[in-house]
Amino acid sequence: MTDLITRQTLPLGQRPRVLEMHDVLKVFNGTVTALKGMSLTVNAGDFISLLGPSGCGKSTALRLIAGLMQPTQGRILWDGDQGEGNGGRGDIGVVFQEPTLMPWATVARNVYLPFRLRGKSFASVAGEIREALSLVGLEKFADAYPRELSGGMKMRVSIARALVTNPRLILMDEPFAALDEITRQKLNNDLLQLKAKIGCTVIFVTHSVFESVFLSDRIVVMAARPGRVLEEITVDAPYPRDMAFRTSANYAAHTSVVSKALLAAIGETA
Amino acid sequence: MTMQDRSSAEAVYDAEEARRARAIRIESVARWLLPLLVVVATVLGWQWLVTANDIPHYILPGPFRVWEQLVTDWPMLRDSLFVTLKITVMALGVAVVGGVLLAILFDQSRFAELIFYPYAVILQVTPIVSIAPLIFIYVKEPTARVLICAWIVAFFPLLSNTTLGLKSTDHNLRDLFTIYGASRWQRLIHLQLPSALPYFLGGLRIAGGLALIGAIVAEYVVGTGGAGSGLAFRILEASYRLNIPRMFAALLLIGVVGVAIYAATALLSHLMLRRWHESAIRREG
Ligand SMILES: Nc1ncnc2c1ncn2[C@@H]1O[C@H](COP(=O)(O)OP(=O)(O)O)[C@@H](O)[C@H]1O
Ligand SMILES: [Mg+2]
Repeated sequence: MTDLITRQTLPLGQRPRVLEMHDVLKVFNGTVTALKGMSLTVNAGDFISLLGPSGCGKSTALRLIAGLMQPTQGRILWDGDQGEGNGGRGDIGVVFQEPTLMPWATVARNVYLPFRLRGKSFASVAGEIREALSLVGLEKFADAYPRELSGGMKMRVSIARALVTNPRLILMDEPFAALDEITRQKLNNDLLQLKAKIGCTVIFVTHSVFESVFLSDRIVVMAARPGRVLEEITVDAPYPRDMAFRTSANYAAHTSVVSKALLAAIGETA
Repeated sequence: MTMQDRSSAEAVYDAEEARRARAIRIESVARWLLPLLVVVATVLGWQWLVTANDIPHYILPGPFRVWEQLVTDWPMLRDSLFVTLKITVMALGVAVVGGVLLAILFDQSRFAELIFYPYAVILQVTPIVSIAPLIFIYVKEPTARVLICAWIVAFFPLLSNTTLGLKSTDHNLRDLFTIYGASRWQRLIHLQLPSALPYFLGGLRIAGGLALIGAIVAEYVVGTGGAGSGLAFRILEASYRLNIPRMFAALLLIGVVGVAIYAATALLSHLMLRRWHESAIRREG
């Protein structure tokens, strides 16, 4: 087995820092303020949710972190950066709302993509690909084409592709929003199991209170016009979390707190 | 639910299934049988029209007369068929290479597109019959003349479709390639060309028919200018001699070439896309 599984999650506070956002501002076309004054610290092993109504800059934050665009003001520092660096670029995995697979390539070839773009041969990484596919429960589907899979299975392929290179950070932009509730809960459970196994660091965008409470150890509640952070809520519940957690009083208490914060973000009183 | 209910529910389900299975069977037979019946009916109707009205064969020959002519003239017509087919396939080949390379150039360089696209459009919108005489003045090699005409007609759909296809990549996949630090070349090979394949194949179907038209028209315009031994030349020659059955026989062969080219491009398209593209997926039931 490769180092996918060896990295262990240390207790909070001892984990190395992955990324820091300092007072980041993003203005489009000189007029639209998509994100204002966002600061965020991401430590290794964190599971952070960005929660808020649409238009509050969640995707913008992810795109800035991914290096797809530059902040108008403020800084995004990766661990190891000396200054205004871009050290994280190329060492992240991304999962979008759509599975975003190449329809002309098999499942295994899709998962191979990040390696292929780094010039590695398929044979040299076949082990990693098989391991990633088995982590998402799709080892039997390596040779299937995306159109032969259900929506949930395609999403699993997308997740396998994001984690196959063992990246420092995985960004997920409403990955399960288009799926039915049952599939979504199943994938939430599987995502946590996966995280327990490989100890990956995740920033997860959602507009579901329940999803954010179930998954995260920190929830960043955001508001729109202009997009900004309202509050950061810590979820005090130990991992592993399973279906029992969903019905616990602790879960209910947290969803209530987070719901109130979200209502405040939308601009109504609870 | 009682036993009675369930069995009747199953019976309804079975009837529905059976009806659908029957519909599929009928459809699969009708797909071949109906066109065949239409062809047979047309041939018989044509023959009846000719015999019933005593139309002489130098005005309208019956289908059986045409067939006889085809058999007697076969050695000559076969050679012409190969000439036309060769020109068409060569023109299509050059159009594919030229169209795709130009599309890639336009995609890679905005300036190249700005500079050359107007020429491509001008070539496309100017009727080939009006350019052909010039080509015949400037180009001496007979095959090359016809080839150039056919190419001019055929390359544009390949160029415009492939250009569109190269631009029609999924924006999330584009972002993913950026995040993974893909080079221009990697992006072209692993993202843009596969995305453009269905568009290219659509253009190829159109270009196949156009290449044949270009080859025929060019031959008409050149008349007996040396290369004239293709099917179009046979039609012209037969018309001077008022050999109407031979005109029909040559026309029939042109139609066969057209259908064959269409079938070949459609088959190619099916084979290349069947594993992954929506257009090639046959749904059950
Ligand atoms: N490329 C862009 N150009 C102009 N405005 C944009 C662009 N991307 C996002 N925006 C605007 O920025 C705001 C935040 O967008 P986004 O980050 O997509 O929100 P969210 O993902 O939370 O729904 C919205 O008002 C959106 O219209
Ligand atoms: Mg968004």
